[in-house]
Amino acid sequence: MSDVEDSGAPLGRRTDLSGFLFGCGVAASVIDLFVFHLALQWHHFYDLSTTRVALTADGFFHAFGWFITVWGLFLLADVRRRTQVVWTRWAGAVVAGVGFFQLVDGVVSHKLLGIHQIRYGVDLLPYDMTWIGSAVLLLVVGLLVRRRAAPARASS
Amino acid sequence: MHRGHHHGDGHGPASQVPVAGWEVFEVLVLLVLGTALVGYAVARRVAGSGRAWPARRTVCWSAGVVCAGAGLVGPVATAAHTSFTAHMAAHLLLGMLAPLLLVLGAPVTLALRALPVTWGRRLTRLLRTAPVRAATHPVVAGLLNAGGLWVLYTTSLYPLMHGSVLVHAAVHAHVLVWGYVLTASLVGVDPDPHRSSVLVRSGVLIVVVAAHSILSRWLYAHPPAGVGAADGRSGAQLMYYGGDVVDVLLMVLLLHRWYASGRHREAAAPRRVTAAADRPGTVRGDP
Repeated sequence: MSDVEDSGAPLGRRTDLSGFLFGCGVAASVIDLFVFHLALQWHHFYDLSTTRVALTADGFFHAFGWFITVWGLFLLADVRRRTQVVWTRWAGAVVAGVGFFQLVDGVVSHKLLGIHQIRYGVDLLPYDMTWIGSAVLLLVVGLLVRRRAAPARASS
Repeated sequence: MHRGHHHGDGHGPASQVPVAGWEVFEVLVLLVLGTALVGYAVARRVAGSGRAWPARRTVCWSAGVVCAGAGLVGPVATAAHTSFTAHMAAHLLLGMLAPLLLVLGAPVTLALRALPVTWGRRLTRLLRTAPVRAATHPVVAGLLNAGGLWVLYTTSLYPLMHGSVLVHAAVHAHVLVWGYVLTASLVGVDPDPHRSSVLVRSGVLIVVVAAHSILSRWLYAHPPAGVGAADGRSGAQLMYYGGDVVDVLLMVLLLHRWYASGRHREAAAPRRVTAAADRPGTVRGDP
């Protein structure tokens, strides 16, 4: 039994890491592309006023986004071949990851660095409030779900 | 096959090129690609007596040759002389998709099986020499690959390329060769005596993907000389999204290598395997 716990704890952390990376990656690559670029068309391919620093930062965000999406899934496959995946724990980590990325994107990219905005030609305040508020909500919900799914680690 | 470049409206330099130069270029391309197909088939025959050669490798190699061909001769390549978007489609085929497919064809492995032992040793020795080792390092290959694109699109090389068949041939050879070397250094299936760590390869891949996406966004706003705004924009977006498709494939292949190597680590750590085996239904067979 102690053996099981020994291998269970690192695999649990690997489950967390997998979900978190996948959540961040999906928010950066898939959600941004399909929701904000293609569906709503609030984000532009290139808004022509973007500075070189912002352009460079965006390029690295983009590359990291896809990379951690794929990496997160391979980490999940790795956990799955070693033991049974605690899916609620993974799902909680994914939701927390999405929230974390949206929060960083909303505060650092949009507000501090001014890389790009949520939408153009509108009063940004309600958009920013909704963006950051929903990001915090996702982060908290994700962490709660994850905590409920892994009570052993929470108590230790 | 390539009449397009002679009456390319608005492209002055193209109309001054002697016809013969382009004819020779296209014949040479077809000869080289034909040799690549026939040579691979012959090598398969010669090597065939021993272990079986996976059919998917032959499929990948052939598809890679076809992609390279489509990027160099035929309708897309012809349209590329006057359209930036078509040029970008040709470059995605030649510089990204063809290299990946050719690498998956494992030509070096096949050559080592088909060649007589002495020649095989010579090839192995060649691959171990310092210049080959340096050129096939992911950092060097990545620099030459991405750097070449920056030079091509941000200097006057792009219009120059359409005016001179020699420059055209050199640029396209560079794109294919360094696309191949970079892909092989990142996700190659051929033996590589100096393969870099997954960490280094991941780092290079991320930087190259970032450079590619930065350049395509830059081109969206600043198309090369002689390219119209609308054409520049659609070409830049094709570069960005088309590049993404191949880039994500590269990430999957690279990280799959990491995943597969974890299987060996797991075998080397018996305690963890025992622990997993304690639970019913947790031991998974190899995929």
